[in-house]
Amino acid sequence: MRQISLRLNGVARTVEIEDQVLLVELVRSLGLTGTKVSCDTEVCGACTVLLDGRPVSACTTLALEADGRSVLTIEGLAKANQLHPLQQAFIDNFAFQCGFCTPGMILAAKALLDERPSPTAEEVRRWMEGNICRCTGYQSIVDAVLDAAGRRP
Amino acid sequence: MPAREDGDPVERTRFRVAGTEARRADGVAKVTGAARFTVDLSVPGMAHAVMVRSTRAHARILGIEREAAERMPGVLAVLAGADLVAAGLHPYYGHVVLDHPALAVGSVRYHGEPVALVVAETKLQAAEAADLVEVRYEDLPAVIDADEALRPGAPILHHERGQRVGDEGMDQGEGALEGNVCAIARVQWGDVDAAFAKAHLVVEGEYRYPMLYGYAMEPYNALAFFDQGDLVVYSTAQHVYMVRRDLARMFDLPLARVRVSAPYVGGGYGTKSYTKIEGACAMAAHLTGRAVKLDLSVEEAMLTTRSDSSHIRCRSAFDRDGLLLAREFDIVLNSGAYTDNSPLVNSKTANRCFGPYRIPSLRVVSRSVFTNTVPASSLRGFGAPQGNIGGELQMDEAAEKLGIDPVELRLRNLAGPGEAILPGKRPLDADLREDLRCLVASLEWPGTGGVSVGFGVSASDAGAYPTSTAAVRIHADDSATLFTGSTELGQGSRTVLCQIVAEELGLSLERVAIVGGDTGVVPYERTTGASRTTTVTGRAVQEACRDARRRVRELAAQNEKVDVAAVEDAPAGVRVKDRERSYGEVIEGWFGAGGEVLGHGSVRRGEGFAQMPPFWEIGCSGVRLSVDRETGVARVEKLVTVGDVGFAINPALVHGQDLGAATMGMGAALREELVYEGEQLVNPNVVDYRVPRFSDQPPEIDLMLAERHDGAGPFGAKGAGEGAGNTIGSSVAAAIGRAIGVFPHELPATPERVWRLLRERDERARR
Repeated sequence: MRQISLRLNGVARTVEIEDQVLLVELVRSLGLTGTKVSCDTEVCGACTVLLDGRPVSACTTLALEADGRSVLTIEGLAKANQLHPLQQAFIDNFAFQCGFCTPGMILAAKALLDERPSPTAEEVRRWMEGNICRCTGYQSIVDAVLDAAGRRP
Repeated sequence: MPAREDGDPVERTRFRVAGTEARRADGVAKVTGAARFTVDLSVPGMAHAVMVRSTRAHARILGIEREAAERMPGVLAVLAGADLVAAGLHPYYGHVVLDHPALAVGSVRYHGEPVALVVAETKLQAAEAADLVEVRYEDLPAVIDADEALRPGAPILHHERGQRVGDEGMDQGEGALEGNVCAIARVQWGDVDAAFAKAHLVVEGEYRYPMLYGYAMEPYNALAFFDQGDLVVYSTAQHVYMVRRDLARMFDLPLARVRVSAPYVGGGYGTKSYTKIEGACAMAAHLTGRAVKLDLSVEEAMLTTRSDSSHIRCRSAFDRDGLLLAREFDIVLNSGAYTDNSPLVNSKTANRCFGPYRIPSLRVVSRSVFTNTVPASSLRGFGAPQGNIGGELQMDEAAEKLGIDPVELRLRNLAGPGEAILPGKRPLDADLREDLRCLVASLEWPGTGGVSVGFGVSASDAGAYPTSTAAVRIHADDSATLFTGSTELGQGSRTVLCQIVAEELGLSLERVAIVGGDTGVVPYERTTGASRTTTVTGRAVQEACRDARRRVRELAAQNEKVDVAAVEDAPAGVRVKDRERSYGEVIEGWFGAGGEVLGHGSVRRGEGFAQMPPFWEIGCSGVRLSVDRETGVARVEKLVTVGDVGFAINPALVHGQDLGAATMGMGAALREELVYEGEQLVNPNVVDYRVPRFSDQPPEIDLMLAERHDGAGPFGAKGAGEGAGNTIGSSVAAAIGRAIGVFPHELPATPERVWRLLRERDERARR
């Protein structure tokens, strides 16, 4: 067992973990089940969380790597019941169906918009290549990200 | 250019909520991570199970050494099929034939089949112990290819057939189920041989559609426990009532004492139809006395269910003017190790392959065949793409040989609205000719400048059996709750069904709630599949609303001491003695305090649904694409779909279904295929089995709607969800054929296959 300290969705947390525990296992064990596991091999993006603002696959990231860093999961995105512009844009553009890929999609998109606030459709597609959606056919997700970019102050 | 049919604006304004792009009922839950899927559930004291899988394709089980695993820390039990039998449980399940064991009993029939189940305190403990379970096998000869499985002397998978418990797809030819034949379907009329003898042109060929993995992103998982002897199972099932029936049979329990609940389901597409791992999970709960969770990896999900692949030999006879004289199909489906839903897939392949055309003479024989491979079952549009690849491509090949435009050739042969395309079935409830004209106009047929166009049409009896019930409670504050057995797979059923309730009861959407997918709570629903929910469930919901309104009128009549005939419906209540009374006023007036009204609705194979199918699911889609002649890479430049849905109760959701189905179709057409080499899958993971990604999205997409209010569902709606994908395979093949001068007969049209076709063509030209 080892103790690590991290900022999880803005809150300082200290947790005891085994060395082999994965970041996705840690956050899910803390009740944050919005982060999903699908391929479990870093190809589908469903488990995407932001580690110091950068998107990582939590299924292949050791929880230890979060020590001293900040982790944002989907549960940390809305502020005081106010949806993040990306969340609202995903709703307004019907950018999900089953919703299993959605937390990872939204966080990947957030990292893009934080780095490049007004991306082109082509930049959105290229950035999001690591996130798979089996339901939508992707167009509505591209639309939602562009829509959210336009909404940001 | 034909007018686009995006719905009659006057017709649309008849409704307040139906026909609007209302936001999804599950929207906030799904964007905030709050939506709970089965995999997110846990209960106190929950143990975890991990499967031990067969390393042989076909073998007798001689023994299972489990002591080493049992000694591992945290291990509660190591279970095998024999334990289930010894405990008096019935290990076999299946909604058509009881032949699929929850854990192998006596023998294994495919590589990857579940043989044992390790239950431990944690998943890691169960997984580590599972590695120590040794299974001793005596190998049996295996057969992987379906054509080989039909040959005399082929290894037989099922010497004794399981008990037949359903008739889906087994209505024809059961008596002839010999050897490895799982099911036979025949469709036949006219004098086929005479028609071929007098034909001006006969097009003949063999075609193949691949075995596919649906990749619903939430892999199969379940959580099972017993509560005072009642079995409770949470699972990723699409058809909770079908799973309930299987589990009741396995445990000798009355239906009332089995509760199956599907919360949000992470993708279905047919892959989660029918029972999968629920039996094994529930048996582990029974034998350990614990709540047990069994959640598969994607790799294991790939070893659980796939789609049937097809091998088609067919020919089509035409007269000089391009009119069809006769068609003949001999189809073999590779259906894997167990029956599952393949008989229905098979019968749907047989009745979809020839297309919605006027065909004077027809002979179709389709055989579903057991092989030592992953069991096949439903996948979006099942049977349609498998047969369409032959039927539609031969229309394109004939057009080329006859020198007739392939659009014109289809227009000459397509059945019109109200015409029968299958004797005794519902007449065609769609205008396919107009749909096709809209489609090819958007595709800019015939294509220019290195871009080639392919398109196709189909009308499917999707297999939706119209048994459905629903309940609606109107509360004393003028809000309502809908209870439906339909599961929310992402298709948006919660949203659409709530829109129907809001429309019928005159309420705003915010005042309508929905409870779904739990057999312990909601009324019976046969399935959530075959694009049936809006049409069939929607009608039951409408009936429930009308029943609730009838009850409200009765209460109002009693309140006001008038005859019930003197009470009329008002938008959100009743009108009686020239005054409008809200539902709440009537309800509280009758009860004195509090209270509610319950309405129940049911539909069956009768009334509006007496003639099957409940609706024809229309496929009308196509592509513009380019082919790189150096690499063989085909790139879709534009996708066009025509959603002939009668009436789009929520157009955005229909667009989502159409684009989603078409995208899956493009994946299968260009890239996806489960590949067996020897007795094992060589690509059983989503790295090697590549599904469409953002970069595969066509640069241009046109999703059209054809709304003619010609469906049997609410407000003239009919099903969507599969149609747009059903014709994509043949469309892509046709477009590639026009680009390179040779029609690919085998999908997916991978770069290698296209490149080989190009090379063969060049070699032929040189000779």
